[in-house]
Amino acid sequence: MANIKIPRKQFEKEIGKLDEKMQGRIALFGTPVESLTDSDLELEIFPNRPDLLSYHGFKRAFLAFLGKKTGLKDYKIHKPEKNYEVKIESSVKDVRPYTLCAIIKGLRLDDDKIKEIIDIQEKLHSTIGRKRKKVAIGIYPLDKIKLPITYKALEPDKIKFLPLESTREMSGLEILQRHPTGKEYAHLLSGKTKFPIFIDSDKKVLSMPPIINSENTGRVTDKTKEIFIECSGHDFKTLEKCLNILVTTFAEMGGSIYSMKINLKELRESPSLKATKKKISLKDTNKILGLDLSEKELRQNLEKMGHNYSKGEVEIASWRTDILHEIDLIEDIAIAYGYENFNPEIPKISTIGEEDKKETFKRKISEILTGIGFLETSNFHLISKEDQFKNMGVNEKQIKETLEILNSKTENDFLRKNLSSYIMKTFSKNSDSEYPQKIFETGRVFEEKEEIEESEKLAIGIAPGNFTDIKQVLEYLTKALDIKVEVKEMEEIPSHLIDGRVGEIIFNGNKIGHLGEVHPKILKNWKIKMPVSILEIDLGELFQKY
Amino acid sequence: MDKIIQSLSPIEKKIIPYLEEKEISRICEKSNLDKTTVLRALEYLQKKEILKLNVKQKKIIDLGVNGILYKRKELPERRLLNVLDSKRILSLKDAQKESKLSEDEFKVSIGVLKRKALIELKNGKIILSATKEEMSKKSLEELFIENLPIEQSELTSEQNFALKELERRKNILETKEIKKISLEVTSLGKKIMNSEIEKKDMIESLDQEILKKDTNWKGKIFRRYDVTGNVPRLNGGKRHFVNQALDYVRKIWLEMGFKEMEGKMIQSSFWNFDALFTAQDHPVREMQDTFFLNKTLEVQDKKLLKTIKETHEKGVQGSEGWNYTWEEEESKKSVLRTHTTCLSAHKLYELSKLPQEKRVGKFFALGKNFRNETVDWSHGFEFYQTEGIVIDPELNFRQLLGYLKQFYKQMGFEKIRFTPAYFPYTEPSVEVNVWHPEKKVWLELGGAGIFRPEITIPLLGVRTPVLAWGQGFDRIIMDYYKIKDLRELYRNDLNQLRNIKHWMK
Repeated sequence: MANIKIPRKQFEKEIGKLDEKMQGRIALFGTPVESLTDSDLELEIFPNRPDLLSYHGFKRAFLAFLGKKTGLKDYKIHKPEKNYEVKIESSVKDVRPYTLCAIIKGLRLDDDKIKEIIDIQEKLHSTIGRKRKKVAIGIYPLDKIKLPITYKALEPDKIKFLPLESTREMSGLEILQRHPTGKEYAHLLSGKTKFPIFIDSDKKVLSMPPIINSENTGRVTDKTKEIFIECSGHDFKTLEKCLNILVTTFAEMGGSIYSMKINLKELRESPSLKATKKKISLKDTNKILGLDLSEKELRQNLEKMGHNYSKGEVEIASWRTDILHEIDLIEDIAIAYGYENFNPEIPKISTIGEEDKKETFKRKISEILTGIGFLETSNFHLISKEDQFKNMGVNEKQIKETLEILNSKTENDFLRKNLSSYIMKTFSKNSDSEYPQKIFETGRVFEEKEEIEESEKLAIGIAPGNFTDIKQVLEYLTKALDIKVEVKEMEEIPSHLIDGRVGEIIFNGNKIGHLGEVHPKILKNWKIKMPVSILEIDLGELFQKY
Repeated sequence: MDKIIQSLSPIEKKIIPYLEEKEISRICEKSNLDKTTVLRALEYLQKKEILKLNVKQKKIIDLGVNGILYKRKELPERRLLNVLDSKRILSLKDAQKESKLSEDEFKVSIGVLKRKALIELKNGKIILSATKEEMSKKSLEELFIENLPIEQSELTSEQNFALKELERRKNILETKEIKKISLEVTSLGKKIMNSEIEKKDMIESLDQEILKKDTNWKGKIFRRYDVTGNVPRLNGGKRHFVNQALDYVRKIWLEMGFKEMEGKMIQSSFWNFDALFTAQDHPVREMQDTFFLNKTLEVQDKKLLKTIKETHEKGVQGSEGWNYTWEEEESKKSVLRTHTTCLSAHKLYELSKLPQEKRVGKFFALGKNFRNETVDWSHGFEFYQTEGIVIDPELNFRQLLGYLKQFYKQMGFEKIRFTPAYFPYTEPSVEVNVWHPEKKVWLELGGAGIFRPEITIPLLGVRTPVLAWGQGFDRIIMDYYKIKDLRELYRNDLNQLRNIKHWMK
């Protein structure tokens, strides 16, 4: 999630007073106010609107929304001057094939604007740039470089320059191995035999995208008036959007956009701020929104969102990334119309509610057990290896049919196979709580047999408890549920129970679970100082009876 | 007074005759009861204004661990003096060796004896400078130790000096606080002591035996109980409070006419993401955010796979899609579901098998979802979510807001507002905010929207509007129970479960 910070003073001077009403307008524009202090306004920007990731981008859209500067904004693009050219060599094809570039002139930068430039670059990197994988951006003071620029790929050891934040020249490989930023993004170039670089006509390296810029050409300061911008990556459309967001933001800051000649696919001039066109139907809009807008109102609402409308067709700004379908324009209309202005209505659709049968059954079990003094617990579906196996007396070799999480950030990296482990864990954690402790839990467990199996189980534990105690509960429960189960001696007994004190529970001829007394060695593992008897059954068979 | 006499318990009656004894221990002896019982009875008697208990705190100084040892073996400085007595002059090293003192003890002893001018140190040697008389005299510290234990308030100035000296040293002394309880019988108490308290016809606890014959209880007096007194806590059976809350939400859905959807927690990426138009390079699909399993799950319906691929790559019916190459392999990766919306996706697909006019209805889901998080007060790796969908060709955005208003009203949220939001699978999208009257801010509650055509066309087979909204649940439970730390919800602390109030909604 990306947030932007706007100096409060600037907002109030250029847009309006930040009173409660204005804060309401901001939220209803779809940019929730995260915080407001005397100095800053912080807004959350949703991922579909990277064009709002800077103050100037936000201001453009928000002023239109307020009805102040509506419609599609037109920016003048100046023709390329001499040497305004980027030559792409075919060597980049297998590394990072595309780049789109532009030049901005006439900038007057101050600290706030420089910060905004650094910010938007960083935010575009982390959002639509997918952490520089899809797009990496470079911005360079034009006076430090000599046009035209070449974009090519070289063997890492043939690349040598002084990277940002470094005191000495490094080779391409060294940067990935030694430089902090290099190490962070090294994975983006892993397995590549050549690394991409931008060099100027003096063969000076500007940068090695998507990793790092050169210290010698890398920094924009308050003296900088003219800049060269490049975006590089794998996805042409995203690059185009990204560059358009950047150049129009700079234009909003007062700069003039100059295009460059680039031989990408064909010789073209970049950037192109050509609006895209999409059809919209008034009928569809009114039907989906439940409104009765006229065509004029439709146009006005579209203009408030920065679009132009004429005869069933919408012109969409080239920096908007989120309009994939007519429905996205319809949402824009709804936002412009104002969510607060819709009159909520309940349709008359008559339906009958219905609970999932298993849920009903599980609730009945809970009612029966709470009726005889049992407390229900609620544990996680994920469990640690130690709790699931070691403490229950299952050794490493016996672990099977278990589902493991590949990437858990906690020690819980297994899906629970039974509920008994958590019953024991609960006893273990509550050894200073008053006894007797009588607990139960129903819930899902996971096993990997031929396929992944998810099933619902019930486990009951009593401390202090013996075989008679737990068998009494089983009998009380089955009688209340009006089912008949048999308890037989169990042959293959679970590792946590005492041989000779374990019963297998049979229902309709099927083994559905077991009950028994927990072995002292297991109680010792869990540091439980009370005898425990426990039961666990699969509810699948029982569900079918209902 | 009669009422008070009638309220006396047998134990109280037993000790009343001995109330004028000076020591509690004497009362215990005479009544033949243990101290705890007597003390409890005395407190009851105080409540009945028969006596007054005076509790005095006393500080008693006694020997500590080292003190006990030194009392037996003498203080280290004395032992050093004894060695010096015969040798007069000794090197530091020899003195320590012969006195058999530890490093610490030796240092302290030198310090003490120097301060008292009993020895001198010169060129690493100790020279005895004490007179015979001084040697034979016991030090204040020694005298003090002999007289222990002493009450602190009764110390003489010399004893106070010795106390300060010894307190600087490790574990020689120990101060204990003890309570001294004395009692004073009130005038009421005295009267009671002089009255006939052993009434033969008083009934203690009513039991089966008494009820056997009418004459056992007719005309008799029942001992009066102190009904204001505390009684032991009762522990009963109870449903887990989170499950109580879930049942409440379920009831709301059922009352609104929704049918429950149920499904697996382990889903393929296809159902959890692809079917919901979440691009394959979307950050949520990274290992960072979602739990992945080492298993693949395949979708059998080839036609569905093809439509989803097209939808992502080029879009469907007027959509542009995400413009990338969609990989079937990526969609097979199994995950722990990150939202219940995957159940809605399954439901739409299930309905697509029905004739078009039957692809309508109202459904809800309620269940656990997962995200790959470390655990702290506001984050967990498992969380509850509930979600509803309404499918009907005539639905619109105003009706979505209508449902939301009704749903949240039932949930107990009266003052809500709707703001624009973004979810990959709905358009238009809505965020529901609730007004927090104490914090005076709008808080984020849940998300909602109308499923995008990129969802409904491939899954349901038609572009019927599907209203959808979802609500994370843990925060609402925390708010109701005034729980500040998310971890409290699934701690399974039996004390907490026994004492927590019911979900009274």
